[in-house]
Amino acid sequence: MTNTLHRFGPAESFRDDYVVFAISSRGKNDQGALPKLRRFLEMALPFNPVNLGDAVHGGALRPCKNMKPTSHWRREAKPDFQAVIDGLDSPCTVAAVFDNRVAAEDFVKAVRQADLGLSINISTSIEGAEQCCFAAGIPRHSVGYSLGFEGKTERLPEANVMMLSTMCGHGMVSHSLAKKMIDWVKEGRRTPEQAATYLTRFCSCGIYNPTRARRILEAAARGEPA
Amino acid sequence: MRINPDKCVACGNCTYICPMGAIYIDPRIQRATINREECVECYSCYNGLSQEHLNPSFVRFVRKTFQMMRIRFDPEPDVCPTGAFEPDELSWPRLVRRAFSDPRVPHESTGVHGRGTEEVKTNDVSGRVKLGEVGFTIEFGRPGVGVRFRDIEKMSTALARAGVAFEKRNPVTSLMSDESKGEIRADILDEKVLSAILEIKVPVSRTEEIIRLVWEVEKQIDSPVALGVGARCDENGEENVVAPILEKLGYKLERAKTNIGLGRVTNVQTSEQQAREPVGARS
Repeated sequence: MTNTLHRFGPAESFRDDYVVFAISSRGKNDQGALPKLRRFLEMALPFNPVNLGDAVHGGALRPCKNMKPTSHWRREAKPDFQAVIDGLDSPCTVAAVFDNRVAAEDFVKAVRQADLGLSINISTSIEGAEQCCFAAGIPRHSVGYSLGFEGKTERLPEANVMMLSTMCGHGMVSHSLAKKMIDWVKEGRRTPEQAATYLTRFCSCGIYNPTRARRILEAAARGEPA
Repeated sequence: MRINPDKCVACGNCTYICPMGAIYIDPRIQRATINREECVECYSCYNGLSQEHLNPSFVRFVRKTFQMMRIRFDPEPDVCPTGAFEPDELSWPRLVRRAFSDPRVPHESTGVHGRGTEEVKTNDVSGRVKLGEVGFTIEFGRPGVGVRFRDIEKMSTALARAGVAFEKRNPVTSLMSDESKGEIRADILDEKVLSAILEIKVPVSRTEEIIRLVWEVEKQIDSPVALGVGARCDENGEENVVAPILEKLGYKLERAKTNIGLGRVTNVQTSEQQAREPVGARS
């Protein structure tokens, strides 16, 4: 899930963005991993995640394949965490997303105590992850730095669009949709919450952070940097 | 992927959600159409859009009526009202596009969903990157630009000339016709994918050399490049070896994924496997 690594933005912009994920390693600890991965997701619930997901079925906000015409006026915009937990049917990367450091720290402490034996990673600012590890009394094992985007960067859009679209590192949230949502919030056609929900539904592994998206949309609509 | 012209009502929602911008309303037929040359088969349209299954004739009538009256139609932006997207039966080499673009499809070569491998995410059990080593992930096409294998090959051949070995279980490595030269199969060179990652590992002493090489080659590639650098921390959880090199090269280190070392080998391994695969457990 390098898809959590290259989120665009300065370290400060990850103050409400903590992705904690669990993964088993093929041939090393994948036997019997499924119940442990499910346990990881269940353990996240008391810490109020803003998203939860697995790499196969998606996150807690998903598209509906059989919408009724009337559902336009009362669409479900509440994340369904239990559906993610119940739907996990094969070992894959699973993630819990938090919008504050305290929740992430407490969750990491709980995961440590549970001793699942899975590899656990925190994807956020370097300092944020260090603080989580310090709070849980865990020395970091390895670190994967993002050096950001380089090369033909002239092909990339403006910063606010990038911050929204790169929250799905698999690239399922297009720049065009991110820009459209900024415009719609600016025009008052949708609230930042509604726009963030649309964007979150496109993320195919549940790591999109709707809280951070809402904050970026609000700032972008006012013409401010997020 | 294809859009069924009998179902499409040209609402235009899908034109915004395509990560490659490959969907447009063809003015001749007044239907959404996919530019197959630019489509990377990521299935974001098919999987990401919610679907209604309304009668297309009825929807067209409503849209035309509203249009005539200059009334702005304000539908949900993430819905295909008639479920017009239909997956194609993909054949080689086009199916490579989907393997590298649709994250729901696991690569046969890695068993991992996505475009890379486990890299440092499972370093606590795999021991892939040890102290004194640096793992690089060099990613192309992201975000939202896409890349053709012909461009990736420019980097892979340059790295091979520098004597760098590629990660065996990486999907791009598995498509190389000559790994020692970094050459990719000729029949897929023109295929476009949403993103692909080259993975290598070198001694720390070569960090600067590799980054300077990437800087040189990325100028010739028609896509942004996203660099990830993986390193092992010391017993105190500190990483004071690689970060200073990166900072000296001008990088401002803002974000990382941090493996917190809670993993351990739990599979029951045969003695033959144990002998073949030394495990870098936590020190």
